[in-house]
Amino acid sequence: MRAGETNRHLSGWLLASPLTLVLILFLVLPIAMIVVVSFWQATEFSIIPAFSWENYDFLFGSPVTYRVFGNTIKYALIVWAFTLGIGFTVAYFLAFHVRTQTWQIALFLLCTIPFWTSNIIRMISWIPFLGRNGLANSALISAGIVDEPVEWLLYSDFSVILAFVHLYTLFMVVPIFNTMMRIDKSLIEAAYDGGASGFQTLTNVIIPLCKPGIMIGTIFVVTLVMGDFVTVRFMSGSQSANVGRLIQNDIALLQYPSASATAVVLLITVLMVIGILLRFVDIRKEL
Amino acid sequence: MATRSRSFYVLGAFFVLFLLFLYGPTFTIAILSFQGPQGGLTFPMRGVSLHWFFDLFQEQAVGDIWGSFRRSFALGLMVMVTTVVVSVMGGLAFRKRFAGNAVLFYLVITALVIPSILVSLGVGLIFSQAGLPIHWASSGFGSQLTWTLPFGLLIMFAVFNRFDKSFEEAARDQGASNWQALRHVVLPIIAPSLIGVALFGFTLSYDEFARTLLTAGSYNTLPLEIYGMTTNVTTPVIFALGTLTTAFSLVIIGVFLLTVWSMNKRRAKQGSDAGKGMV
Repeated sequence: MRAGETNRHLSGWLLASPLTLVLILFLVLPIAMIVVVSFWQATEFSIIPAFSWENYDFLFGSPVTYRVFGNTIKYALIVWAFTLGIGFTVAYFLAFHVRTQTWQIALFLLCTIPFWTSNIIRMISWIPFLGRNGLANSALISAGIVDEPVEWLLYSDFSVILAFVHLYTLFMVVPIFNTMMRIDKSLIEAAYDGGASGFQTLTNVIIPLCKPGIMIGTIFVVTLVMGDFVTVRFMSGSQSANVGRLIQNDIALLQYPSASATAVVLLITVLMVIGILLRFVDIRKEL
Repeated sequence: MATRSRSFYVLGAFFVLFLLFLYGPTFTIAILSFQGPQGGLTFPMRGVSLHWFFDLFQEQAVGDIWGSFRRSFALGLMVMVTTVVVSVMGGLAFRKRFAGNAVLFYLVITALVIPSILVSLGVGLIFSQAGLPIHWASSGFGSQLTWTLPFGLLIMFAVFNRFDKSFEEAARDQGASNWQALRHVVLPIIAPSLIGVALFGFTLSYDEFARTLLTAGSYNTLPLEIYGMTTNVTTPVIFALGTLTTAFSLVIIGVFLLTVWSMNKRRAKQGSDAGKGMV
């Protein structure tokens, strides 16, 4: 039996070796490099190996850091609430109200197709809607709701959050729909037979059973929003900042050590959030 | 059939609104890309023309769009093939518990949740400190794999969780070697899901922006080129480009879905009729 045991580990590692190699070269080493560089020093045109806490001192000493981290968490929470509400409702409709499987698959595909198209194009496509002379403003003016074009529709927190919700609601729909489809329908009938109202069935049966899907969707949405820098730059017209933007600005100024220090703090924050969320769900079992 | 409840219509309306929200903006820029030559970035339409599409074919107007498209396409194919092969191998490895499999799994999850700018920054730093030139086909390729491989692997987990092992055992009982069981039984059964992995591999690479930002080198991929255009192009030519690449993505998705569909259909036709004789 011992030979078989060794054999099993060996074949496992052989099969997993390409995956391991890619992850070591392009994930572990880069993270290690960022951690190392975060202790280096920088001049205007080069970076110097050193060991100094300077970058972290500066980072934690600056009020900008706290504001920007606060802003990042604000975006993550608001976007999470909206994507969860919309995503759950859409998944619920697909799973419990669409009756034939063909329609379920067709409508589900319709919800997922934008995932496979370009995020940047999907952001750009909000401009004709939200701009000063855009569709939303023309509609509001012709309906007599406002006299002047509303300025905060584009290049504001509103447009940033709208774009996030637009881009990432899919990440909630898919895992929640997946768990809903696995709920045994007889459980729901049992709840009704036991005298539960539709709302009681929802809160006492369906939502608890959907928790793994909700958790997986949450992990996706929260990490995507916290790590973003493109959407915030583009949709806020560079007027709002999040941590990703902070890092990107430092990179643009070739301040790699300070960019790295911010990146390390961001990574630790994200991993802590994920660590907490993973306590509620076993991803490998839920797929 | 029972009559539809009121909640069906309320939720149905919500769903339709959601689809409008999802697709509305894309349709809008598709319409606006047919603006007349005098038209701007918003309505009203000043005539209808193909002016902005023709503009795309004039190099000096928009930069190196076609070069970047070719690079993105080639990179997408490279990432697609690698993702399929590596994910299948990884998925097979994870079917049995091997020493350290939990560590590897958490590494995969880390790759999935890590802010993409960190991959971009870290890979860029490593290449520059090692004195290697960054290039879309080396550093860019590797960075994108950290995003496509976790998706590929998660799909493989889902596939193998539902995989009926008795087919494989039957093959072994008939004297098939491990390799024969894999080649003639396991792979054909999971083939349609591999199309799905390939679709993820190609499209995620083709649209990837953040991970290639600092790792593509002097030759841009298409998303980088489009991103550059957003800061200095103020004509509907950018809508024309957006419409064209979205149409291209839709064609790719269509091809993949059709392949899966026809595979399933052929399989149903050639499948065994066991158990149907009695009906």
